[in-house]
Amino acid sequence: MARAATTQRKALNTALAWLIGFLIFFPILWTILTSFKTEAQAIASPPIFLNFDWTLENYSVVQERSDYMRFLWNSIILAGGSTILGTMIAIPAAWSMAFVPSKRTKDILLWMLSTKMLPAVGVLYPIYLLFIQLGLLDSRAGLVIVLMLINLPIIVWMLYTYFREIPGEILEAARMDGATLKEEILYVLTPMAIPGIASTLLLNFILAWNEAFWTLNLTAVDAAPLTAFIASYSSPEGLFFAKLSAASTMAIAPILILGWFSQKQLVRGLTFGAVK
Amino acid sequence: MKLSNALRAATALSVMTTGAAFADTITIATVNNGDMIRMQGYTDDFTAKTGHDVEWVTLEENVLRQRVTTDITTKGGAFDIMTIGMYETPIWGANGWLVPLDNLSAEYDAGDILPAMAGGLSHEGTLYAAPFYGESSMIMYRTDLMEKAGMQMPDAPTWDFIREAAAAMTDRDNEINGICLRGKAGWGEGGAFITAMSNSFGARWFDMEWNAQFDTDAWANTLNFYKGMMDESGPAGYATNGFNENLSLFQQGKCGMWIDATVAASFVTNPSDSTVADSVGFALAPDTGLGKRSNWLWAWALAIPAGTQKQDAATQFIEWATSKDYIELVAAKEGWANVPPGARTSLYENENYKSVPFAQMTLDSILSADPNNSTVEPSPYVGIQFAAIPEFAGIATEVSQEFSAAYAGQQSVEEALAKAQAITNDAMEAAGYR
Repeated sequence: MARAATTQRKALNTALAWLIGFLIFFPILWTILTSFKTEAQAIASPPIFLNFDWTLENYSVVQERSDYMRFLWNSIILAGGSTILGTMIAIPAAWSMAFVPSKRTKDILLWMLSTKMLPAVGVLYPIYLLFIQLGLLDSRAGLVIVLMLINLPIIVWMLYTYFREIPGEILEAARMDGATLKEEILYVLTPMAIPGIASTLLLNFILAWNEAFWTLNLTAVDAAPLTAFIASYSSPEGLFFAKLSAASTMAIAPILILGWFSQKQLVRGLTFGAVK
Repeated sequence: MKLSNALRAATALSVMTTGAAFADTITIATVNNGDMIRMQGYTDDFTAKTGHDVEWVTLEENVLRQRVTTDITTKGGAFDIMTIGMYETPIWGANGWLVPLDNLSAEYDAGDILPAMAGGLSHEGTLYAAPFYGESSMIMYRTDLMEKAGMQMPDAPTWDFIREAAAAMTDRDNEINGICLRGKAGWGEGGAFITAMSNSFGARWFDMEWNAQFDTDAWANTLNFYKGMMDESGPAGYATNGFNENLSLFQQGKCGMWIDATVAASFVTNPSDSTVADSVGFALAPDTGLGKRSNWLWAWALAIPAGTQKQDAATQFIEWATSKDYIELVAAKEGWANVPPGARTSLYENENYKSVPFAQMTLDSILSADPNNSTVEPSPYVGIQFAAIPEFAGIATEVSQEFSAAYAGQQSVEEALAKAQAITNDAMEAAGYR
């Protein structure tokens, strides 16, 4: 009896999990479906789910109108560059906070996080003026630095949490064996924290990929990534939902594929140390 | 012999270098709408004529506004041409942020620009942006539903007639709403509509001392009339409907009437997108007999930011894009219904264009709008659906949020107006107007 109840409960939980998963994924699915409709079908009421004449016309229009590869390449450089740079700074920072904490470590961590609470538009003008002075406007180098800075608090926090799960005695043993600080971080700490580092890298890459305030405001032509590509298809005066959906699908496809293939690492990293 | 060869080579090199120096690449920030996208497709024609290349930065309207405002106020220099509207042009022109367009060629024929457009894009008589296309607002209505209701739309109806017709056309069982109007918060969305409507009810934003006027009967009448009519005959959730939502409803045959931008006429009469394309009529925006109609005036225009290093190429582009030749080019390739409307007088004198069903009503609507004299009682500002002062966009966004909350039933009309009065007076006091 008890076993039957457990099996039923399990089935219910599974169904509920699938339902929640489907609800979360539904907006993306709807965007993908809309991208294969005509503009008239895209706004039909009641909405058409699957029963429509599938067309690739929107993709062909988007390809014809925009240089997708240029936007994609910029997105890869900006997301990749800011992630690598951020990780290079965050690993030593998180190491020092996790293994050599001071009285002020908690305060520093909170202060770092508090910078995320400032609305981005509040510092738009200072940063814009700084970019003009430094000649960084519409440059990938400038954007890599900005994206790295805005995501750095999250990387440090995540790595700090993962590092805290690693027993300090292992690092002490490495030190007693004569490992230098660099060797300790590179050959002892980093391999042990690989799942955590991998999920941090992925999360940061996704955050940088989707960032749509600075990437729109600090770029024009040369450094514009896929967020600018999508923005060029949105219009308050004209129904371009099918084309906008095609552009959105093209913009999210790479990150969706990356997320799909790395979901094991992502889940493992995000749940690292969750059960004690 | 050797000397003459050397001279020839030097001359050739000099000509080539000069040619290269003249061939610029200009960067243009523009808005994503049908006419602008069409223009991008014809860029090759401009390049072939002038040798200049063009890089486009196309953005959604609100993003574009923020982007170009940031750039011009900081002298960022990211763009050589900016697409801006009637609200920004006189303010930016007065601040010296734009290059005056007072040196356009004789062939361009600047005198052919519709006077209402030229006036709205000028400051103290100097043109600062050339209109690419212009629009007013008008009534678009279903001729079949009007006939079924046993009514006939006058060319220049009153608001009372519109309310009566809307009620008669409403058929909730068949999902037909008598009237669809903007209610969405935002100064360029529902804010623009209600401001233009209020002009016809004798309301104004400010008196001559810049005091807010939301505590007047004229504003109460405007809002009560709007909400009463929309509750009776409007679509569900009209408080969140903007241009696109109403366009979608109208194209699917779910609106009896729609009062909105004249450019929408080409969308609702296009059989490939609209299910009611063959039964759409047009009329002037309504009034209440006080001498002002409820139509607005707007233009998307091309301007050159002061400080650009490519002023000559930018001027050449503006002359090309807003010329009579460009209109001819589009007409030849895509038909007269697709040419950018509302910018040039000569377009409305063209016999081919006269056969376009909405051409005359668009012109009549534009000609009946006067940004310098938009209210029944005198007002200190220029503009019909806006007041051309820098503070307006922020104030009107907040005010329109209060109005939308009243439409949605979250507060009463009286509460919304009281809040609008306080918001506006506080902001104007802080800005030093009062």
